[in-house]
Amino acid sequence: MAKRIDVSDLDIYYGNFLAVQGVTVSIEPRTITALIGPSGCGKSTFLRSLNRMHEVIPGARVEGKVVIDGQDLYGADVDPVDVRRHIGMVFQRPNPFPTMSIYDNVAAGLRLNARKMKKADLDDLVERSLRGANLWNEVKDRLNRPGSGLSGGQQQRLCIARAIAVEPDVLLMDEPCSALDPISTLAIEDLMTELKERFTIVIVTHNMQQAARVSESTGFFNLAGVGQPGHLVEFNSTEKIFSNPDEKATEDYISGRFG
Amino acid sequence: MTATRQEAAPAHGVVEHSRRLARPAPWGLFALGLLLGAALSALTGFSVVLTVVYGVALGTLAVYAVSRAVEGRRTSFDRLVTCIVTSAFALAMVPLVSLVWTVLSRGLKRLDGDFFNSSMLGIVGEGGGAYHAIFGTLVITGITAVISVPIGLLTAIYLVEYGTGRLKRWITFLVDVMTGIPSIVAGLFAYALFALFFGPGIRLGIMGAIALSVLMIPVVVRSSEEVLKLVPTELREASYALGVPKWRTILKVVVPTAIAGLATGVTLAVARVIGETAPLLITVGIINGTNLDPFQGRMATLPVFAYYQLTQPGFPPEFAIDRAWTAALILIILVMALNIVGRLISRFFAPKTGR
Repeated sequence: MAKRIDVSDLDIYYGNFLAVQGVTVSIEPRTITALIGPSGCGKSTFLRSLNRMHEVIPGARVEGKVVIDGQDLYGADVDPVDVRRHIGMVFQRPNPFPTMSIYDNVAAGLRLNARKMKKADLDDLVERSLRGANLWNEVKDRLNRPGSGLSGGQQQRLCIARAIAVEPDVLLMDEPCSALDPISTLAIEDLMTELKERFTIVIVTHNMQQAARVSESTGFFNLAGVGQPGHLVEFNSTEKIFSNPDEKATEDYISGRFG
Repeated sequence: MTATRQEAAPAHGVVEHSRRLARPAPWGLFALGLLLGAALSALTGFSVVLTVVYGVALGTLAVYAVSRAVEGRRTSFDRLVTCIVTSAFALAMVPLVSLVWTVLSRGLKRLDGDFFNSSMLGIVGEGGGAYHAIFGTLVITGITAVISVPIGLLTAIYLVEYGTGRLKRWITFLVDVMTGIPSIVAGLFAYALFALFFGPGIRLGIMGAIALSVLMIPVVVRSSEEVLKLVPTELREASYALGVPKWRTILKVVVPTAIAGLATGVTLAVARVIGETAPLLITVGIINGTNLDPFQGRMATLPVFAYYQLTQPGFPPEFAIDRAWTAALILIILVMALNIVGRLISRFFAPKTGR
């Protein structure tokens, strides 16, 4: 299922404002790739352009290529809705649907797409997804309770269960732990390590220990100055980035010598 | 050095203590002011209005002066403002209480089974009722809601989810303009529209519903727009990220999340138009018998019924005037019931957060 992502010369715009410039990178299947960098440097924007969530914002557009297993996501005949079915996303703040129960939240990807499924199959899928997100044991007795009644960490794992229930090829995570306590963070990091057996994972994080702990490759984004576009400074194996990076800027950032 | 510093330190720690009036004291002082006011107005021939005016002024002054002497400047100013704000609130309540009291005391007399069971057909003088007007109002308001809710709701969805740039701004502007249309103009619009096709003098229930729709649509748009804007963008994005198309996201995520607010908004919009008189006066008219077919002839409605009972009471007039008050009372009860329904809806439909 997991797929390889090749990005070449990607420029990302908000209206006329160039937010991210000239990103070229290859993301290997079944790995976790971390994106780090200061606030406002375009990590999240880049992440959102990988499943065409970027263009949900009015005026936002992209130039360049994002190729997944040979298919250009921004091709003229590609439907963005279809792209998002194959590339799931988990957001910074847990956002379960408030009108739905825990069960319905996990089933939402199928229900909302009006895919018909037998009750038994759906039950099975919900259990599998919740187990996959390490949440099953905590919620199995209250599947019909509202999802918003869970704790923040549980809600975030519920969102992960919801995202993996549609069996995507790639899972994008936009600072998934920044609103969580260390224990929930650990639970989600463990989960990511399990999930990479099945999915390609790209994660944006401000927590460099987290990037070092979970990822195989790391990309460092930076911007030259205020109002300048962000760009990818360095993309390397995580080990190299955190021990002996090629670029001086990367070393300054991870060692804390840079704002 | 150390010794002098200790002497200078305040007796009770760093926070300054000040004397406070006992809790009932300000009330007592205010009551004293009111008594003085009553005495003052008795000097010039007693009157309630003068008592209240003098009393509130003197009471406020008494509270302020005593508080100033005992509690200091800041607290006394706080008490002064509290007195002024409370008096203003009481003043605002006077017309409301008086209105409810008047309508209740005069309308209760005819609030009987007969009033709900009979129309005005063949009634001269005593008896009669508003059966025809109550159901006429319900029919016309129901049709108004059926016309206005889809148009208003879809407009609001367009404005929040799809609209951009100049078109959106124009629609918002025109909706604002529509909100300000005087109700008689809406009535004249519907009348002129139907007179074009059916000739002058035409009166139909549906005309009234169209006139009321002109008034109701902007209210529905405004309230729905505000409620839809409150749905977090994150929920829309969560849905998009699952590969759900936009229209389905709106239908299955945005609208259900906002349903409580939408229903409340619609209920309040209905309450807003149910008591309109002027447009119905010129589009629907009045009849004495029961006509519930909005496409055939005149209909009776509660506000217009009340208006005619009061302005053309016949002889002896008191029975018709009693009927007018009771019709007004039923109208108030209907509006209040709609408001309560709106609140109940928002309580029952609101997203549950129970653990």
